[in-house]
Amino acid sequence: MTLLKLERVTRRFGGLLAVDAVDLEVAAGSVTAVIGPNGAGKTTLFHMISGFQTPNDGRILLDGHDITGLPPEKIAAHGLIRTFQLVQLFRDLTAVENVKVGCHLQTQGGVLTALIRPKSARQSETQVEATARELLDFVGLAAYGDLPAGTLTYGRQRLLEIARALAARPKLLLLDEPAAGLNAQETELLAATIRRIVARGTTVLLIEHDVTLVMSIADRVAVLDFGMKIAEGTPRSVRDDPAVIAAYLGTAEAARA
Amino acid sequence: MPTSHNIISPERLTALAPGLPWAVAIAIVGYAFIAGGYLVTVMSFALIYAVFVIGLNLFMGYAGQVTFGHNAFAALGGYGSAVLTSAYGWPPLGAFAAGLALALAVALVVGYPTLRLKGHYLAMATLAIGLIVYEIAVQWQAVTGGYMGISGIPPIGIGGFDILSDRAQLIFLALVVALSTWSAMRLRASRFGRALAAIAGSEDAARALGIDVARYKLMAFLVSAAYAALAGTLFVHVVGFVSPEVFGLHMVVLAFTMLYVGGIGTAAGPLIGAVIVSLLPETFRALKDYQDLAYGAGLILLLIFAPKGLAALGDLLPRSKKS
Repeated sequence: MTLLKLERVTRRFGGLLAVDAVDLEVAAGSVTAVIGPNGAGKTTLFHMISGFQTPNDGRILLDGHDITGLPPEKIAAHGLIRTFQLVQLFRDLTAVENVKVGCHLQTQGGVLTALIRPKSARQSETQVEATARELLDFVGLAAYGDLPAGTLTYGRQRLLEIARALAARPKLLLLDEPAAGLNAQETELLAATIRRIVARGTTVLLIEHDVTLVMSIADRVAVLDFGMKIAEGTPRSVRDDPAVIAAYLGTAEAARA
Repeated sequence: MPTSHNIISPERLTALAPGLPWAVAIAIVGYAFIAGGYLVTVMSFALIYAVFVIGLNLFMGYAGQVTFGHNAFAALGGYGSAVLTSAYGWPPLGAFAAGLALALAVALVVGYPTLRLKGHYLAMATLAIGLIVYEIAVQWQAVTGGYMGISGIPPIGIGGFDILSDRAQLIFLALVVALSTWSAMRLRASRFGRALAAIAGSEDAARALGIDVARYKLMAFLVSAAYAALAGTLFVHVVGFVSPEVFGLHMVVLAFTMLYVGGIGTAAGPLIGAVIVSLLPETFRALKDYQDLAYGAGLILLLIFAPKGLAALGDLLPRSKKS
């Protein structure tokens, strides 16, 4: 079953075609990776899927719903939650509070509920606390729950951001270069975490530079270059694709220059 | 660092630290109540400002936004109460409700379009609304009395029971501040408060988690405007007089000082900030010509040695112990 479907999604910046009529399908329960050299349009593509930028052309369907051009909060409500290339934590809040914010869509209540604090709200808060602690434990951060998020190491901040995203119970989790800035050991831990996320039933779509990570966890890989999809397939088939090798290493002429 | 000669161990100090700003504020207000006289008046003003700053803290501290025009909502609440009680004989509670509704309606009209914009638009719009309300208070003489203002505003009273003496007023104001603080703390410790803190931390991340940022900013704006309107109402009833100057731009400056000295984003900050900043000019009054200089120097010293505010001073204890 297809969870996310992109149909000829296009984005122009002035005369530049950042993303040029890209088609993509993400199967439910899979790990799909979008790779490509710097400036290939990966980030723009992600921004369009998550609602932070609007496509000039094309359609984006999530679980059959047309989410093209919806604002990020509406797309999140449809079950698509993203993380950021540069970690966007609430640095002054503790780790557990960060994850609690992730429960926003799973809970209800505004100003009046906060003031009156009815029984349902108290029960919901207990549930939120339990969920947050459980997710911290899931990503291996149980010991750091009460520390301000900004004081965690970079690798732990990445894991915390993933735990926070999971709190929203996404159907589709978008990870924007999750291995950026991580060392080999941290990347290994990340790969294991992503595998366990998929095992829980969450579909994962990620952009990644780290080819080792992609090869070890992705079921399918799409390759972007100059805004166009130049290859798609299993990690193995993509790795051996001459077009991909040319995009990453340059053509023979460029390599000699 | 040798700490053994301290009578109180650092560990116990650390445990007590969060309660310290509350204890100091309560002690000062309590002392004013016992001592009576002019100090009661100073503390009454401090407590009215505390209500205003609690609202400001919600919007600026919790949600991380900027407003320069909350004096407008205090003015709307204050003038609403003043006009309806003195000219039309409304009971204070009914007049307060009307003034509050007016302030919220204006906050909605100003906030709805501007809070959707990023950056400084809101700050500019709030500055404008503060100036506009001031001008209306000056020019609309038939209702506001212009520069002369409105006098003879009755004291606060509920159901025929008037709060007349200075000391009774101080107690009443202390209760209002307690209620305001309690409600602000409840708001912070909720799904609503978490959403505001998320917006303060990263709007993009908040949106990516499904938080309707524009809506929550507007709610925070309205709630903080409600505290401002309440402060305005309290002021006119306690003083019995209102003029445009009362809710001028200096109100914003003074409230900002209280917020930052007390500790922006903290629960105790507004109260301790309002109490200390109100006391500073009184403390330096004996210096006569130099009192403004001493006041300014006092503020600078406070911000150097307590950059996160007086309410956060306690947090520094465990860190200095380690260093």
